[in-house]
Amino acid sequence: MRLAPAIACDDVNHRHSRGPLANERLAAAPENPLAQLFRPSADRRIRLVLWGLPVGLTLVGGVGYALSRSGWSTGVGWSPAQPIPFSHDHHVGGAGLDCRYCHETVERAAFAGLPATETCMHCHAHLFPDAPLLAPVRDSWADDRPIRWQRVHDLPDFVYFDHSIHVHEGVACETCHGRVDRMPRIRQVADLSMKWCLDCHRDPTPHLRPRDAVFVMGWRPEPDAPPVILEDETHVSCSECHR
Amino acid sequence: MTRGGPDERWIDGDHDVAAINDCVVDTVQSPRTRNVWLVALAAAALGLGALALAVFGVFWWYVGIWGVRTPVYWGIAITNFVWWVGIAHAGTLISAILLLANQTWRRSINRFAEAMTLFAIACAGMFPLLHLGRPEFFYWLLPYPNTYGYWPQFLSPLVWDFFAVATYGMVSLVFWYVGLVPDLATMRDRSTGLRARVYGVFALGWRGSARHWERHQFAYLLLAGLATTLVVSVHTVVSFDFAVAQLPGWHATVFPPYFVAGAIFSGFALVLTLLIPVRVWLGLRDLITDRHLDQCAKLMLTAGLVVAYGYAAELYFGWYSGDPHERELLASHLHGRSAPLFWTVIGLNVALPQSLWWRAARRSTAWLFVLSIGVNLGMWLERWLIVITSLEHGLLPTTGGHYWPTFWDWLTLAGTFGFFAFFMLLFIRFVPVIAMSELRELVGDRRPEGA
Repeated sequence: MRLAPAIACDDVNHRHSRGPLANERLAAAPENPLAQLFRPSADRRIRLVLWGLPVGLTLVGGVGYALSRSGWSTGVGWSPAQPIPFSHDHHVGGAGLDCRYCHETVERAAFAGLPATETCMHCHAHLFPDAPLLAPVRDSWADDRPIRWQRVHDLPDFVYFDHSIHVHEGVACETCHGRVDRMPRIRQVADLSMKWCLDCHRDPTPHLRPRDAVFVMGWRPEPDAPPVILEDETHVSCSECHR
Repeated sequence: MTRGGPDERWIDGDHDVAAINDCVVDTVQSPRTRNVWLVALAAAALGLGALALAVFGVFWWYVGIWGVRTPVYWGIAITNFVWWVGIAHAGTLISAILLLANQTWRRSINRFAEAMTLFAIACAGMFPLLHLGRPEFFYWLLPYPNTYGYWPQFLSPLVWDFFAVATYGMVSLVFWYVGLVPDLATMRDRSTGLRARVYGVFALGWRGSARHWERHQFAYLLLAGLATTLVVSVHTVVSFDFAVAQLPGWHATVFPPYFVAGAIFSGFALVLTLLIPVRVWLGLRDLITDRHLDQCAKLMLTAGLVVAYGYAAELYFGWYSGDPHERELLASHLHGRSAPLFWTVIGLNVALPQSLWWRAARRSTAWLFVLSIGVNLGMWLERWLIVITSLEHGLLPTTGGHYWPTFWDWLTLAGTFGFFAFFMLLFIRFVPVIAMSELRELVGDRRPEGA
């Protein structure tokens, strides 16, 4: 494509070009028939635009793709400030508390449950009863006002998710929430995208455990143990989650 | 068409190459039509504003503002969609199929019909997208790498539709543009200042060298071949939206050819409706002669006969299937609730076009104009009959329903008329409405040396 020399740059070429659509500018334009419409740089600029469009669009697409999977968009690694710097590392990894001690409705409700202040006070009425760090717990106890924990794993409101069925079918806490027993401050581990849900729903077997291993952290299957197979068929229809 | 007879000549008067350019270029630059054009453009801009309002309404309140209710999920939005896609078929038929069939008369009207195609496709595409319920997520129809872990449902004709219409729009645009390049160069050479530079950019440095022409013709033929398959495929896929479903009134094997013929039928009708006034307004009666209108009318009659066959086949197979639900719908069409609509459609699309068997009717501009408007209306009502009446009827009396469009439905339809008119007017004012480069070949050897 050569945009610049519209006419009469080189005589030979021009004479050849007097086909059915010979340049009428020669005959028609009254003032200066040899005036050039475009400067020689026009070609270069147009090429730049034409190349820039696909390259630019590809770049935008690539950046969008990367951003949509980054923690900035999905919230992986997100760890909001809590009213009390509660450490799962200390309570689960160190003291060896079972998940269900605090998240007590996980086996029978959609919501796993957050501990009532009373649950904390079971121990902390006696253990470190004067620690300044625990002042908000004692205030909550005294004023009869719940502690305002910040939710970390927050699914969209248009998704119906039920903890109990997952736990009953052999999906472990660790499968979605990671090694909570090593987290001084709880953070989001999985990206919670719909693809992440579907990857497991389409092929659950590699993610399932025996019932007695669901609340265990750092569990590894026995090398010769048979895989846990979901007896039900897979649940992947839209209304499974979008009710 | 007889060879060598008076019908062979497709241009009236003594025009040579330069005169044809003058004729066509003048339509673009003429001060004569300027004031009327401005008034018409202002009126069309009102329509465009109406469309903007209608689209805003759908984005703000969603499709609940339309008249669609269970069980009539598809209201006139889908009627309009099918109608506009149909309109869009004439352009490609005239450009591609008639090009391959070596019909020289197409050269006077193909540019105009292709422009119609482009803007009609744009109008058509709006409706299914607005109809999505959440139109801002229209891109979910595209198979792009998303975080949802799913792709579009490729088993659904609605997804085929998206690809068929998008492909058709793109190929039509490229075809139209490639054909336009030599004419844009003519415009460039006949303009000055900024206009010349704008035309110059879009003319891609066209010099009219033999090599340019050779490559241009090759590309044009290739695109014509591609576009030819699309003429058939697009409305076939649109018909699958219905034919694949089990609903009485939709579930018929005759739908694909019947829809394609209907599309060409309505497309030619709109070509006539628009060309008849436009050729007078722009002073192009020497180039778009009564014989051109005659040819369009013949093709319209042919397509209309296939449509009539479609109606007959639908009725016959509805009866022959023995299916009680199909037969109930037929009874409703013939002498029941939907009979007034059905017989209006038959009158407009089957009975009236039979007049085109007579040469006198085909040569009467006034009759063609009236008839073409009748066919446009008839085809729109036909799509109402297919889309809405079938849904209203349903399978059981208890699943029936009633539909009537709301203000917003009508506003969207009126808005697309405004949109279409607005861009057609821009096209008329800035782009040569006739393919000069192709038309010049028809007078190439003729020299007006004193007759």
